[in-house]
Amino acid sequence: MKKEDEIKFDHNEDGIDRRGFLKCMAWAGTGTLCVMNGGVMKSFSLSRLGEMDPAAAKGELSFVQISDSHMGFNKPANPDVIGTLKAAIDKINALPGNPEFMLHTGDVTHLSKPEEFDNVQQILKSAKVKEAFYVPGEHDVAIDEGKEFLARYGKGTKGSGWQSFDKNGVHFVGLVNVMDLKAGGLGTLGHEQLEWLEDDLKGKKSSTPIVVFAHIPLWSVYPEWGWGTEDAGQALGYMKRFGSVTVLNGHIHQTMQKVEGNVTFHTAASTAFPQPAPGKADSPGPMKVPADQLRNLLGVTSVNFVQGQKALAVVDTNLS
Amino acid sequence: MKRIVPILGTGILLVAALAYATTLRKQTHAATLAPQAAAEMTATVKIDNFSFSPATLEIKAGTTVTWTNADDIPHTVVSNDKVFKSKALDTDEKFSFKFDKAGSYPYFCSLHPKMTAKVVVQ
Repeated sequence: MKKEDEIKFDHNEDGIDRRGFLKCMAWAGTGTLCVMNGGVMKSFSLSRLGEMDPAAAKGELSFVQISDSHMGFNKPANPDVIGTLKAAIDKINALPGNPEFMLHTGDVTHLSKPEEFDNVQQILKSAKVKEAFYVPGEHDVAIDEGKEFLARYGKGTKGSGWQSFDKNGVHFVGLVNVMDLKAGGLGTLGHEQLEWLEDDLKGKKSSTPIVVFAHIPLWSVYPEWGWGTEDAGQALGYMKRFGSVTVLNGHIHQTMQKVEGNVTFHTAASTAFPQPAPGKADSPGPMKVPADQLRNLLGVTSVNFVQGQKALAVVDTNLS
Repeated sequence: MKRIVPILGTGILLVAALAYATTLRKQTHAATLAPQAAAEMTATVKIDNFSFSPATLEIKAGTTVTWTNADDIPHTVVSNDKVFKSKALDTDEKFSFKFDKAGSYPYFCSLHPKMTAKVVVQ
């Protein structure tokens, strides 16, 4: 398969070809609401949210996702990750109506150091959300196989941090795909976690909306850079019977969306530094941009769920 | 006051034991290093742009290889067969390993497993 073909074709006849997908990406970068409904994409500029039906804008359940705060990173791409994380929290606190909770999709820290975790904890205290849920990124398990991460965020989770919970009729599943990675491979969920997942979903009605969150994308964004998960197919197989599945990921430090059948995939921006678009640089290293443009490329994702709608509305807001 | 005395006693014992252990270690260390000090064989691998270079390093048995991370992002150096394993190396940090036995040693970065390379020891 040629590199540029990864996301080029509309294999599922869901109306989202590469051009439509890229369009959505561009909108997301400038702060746009993309509503996927029954495979039909609607878009609203964030600056025109006021013209939307308020019920659709807020929904019955709203939550936020932040990702890749990389506390401890201090290189030229962003020497102030504390400042940009604080800016993200300010954005969350300024949202209309307090979001129910916050998801952090990993790489909370840069090097799994206790003082890095401490800094994040200190900053996130000021977020006006009732609860927060975390899954680790590979940077959070770099030193001690995730011991420090689990000591702080592992309460109520299983294995290396897998978890599930229900909110307003939506079933949330947090998966960990950064442990015990193999040479040459991609993200991995592993047999034990997959078994747990199959069991976790067993009792759920097919009409239950499912939201999955994990660090590395569960779709093949760009395997050449490791942007995919080896055994995601099996996990998604367990979700085939559900009418609406939303997958929220981080890791690639840019927003992307893709619809495949009943599944909407979404990756969030980092709050720390941007990474290049797939294949657009020699390596996926931090992208250095002029200081006045940095915050346009970092962001927060908010998600609204309205009962009866087929898909959840995902909104990306940049930090500028 | 009564409780402090035994704790202090244990502390002194510990310090003494540690000092003794350190002396022992220094002696054995010096003994093994002495014969080789004359001809220390070394080689280097640079980690840059999410890759190891050279991707295949050929060395003679007894060579110490040092990896240096020149990237903005941390990487690790982990043997596929668990022969060696570095901690996460931040920018400019190094990791060294001495290869005593001939063979092929494939390794990768456990944070970015697409990064693979090998050391061939003759």
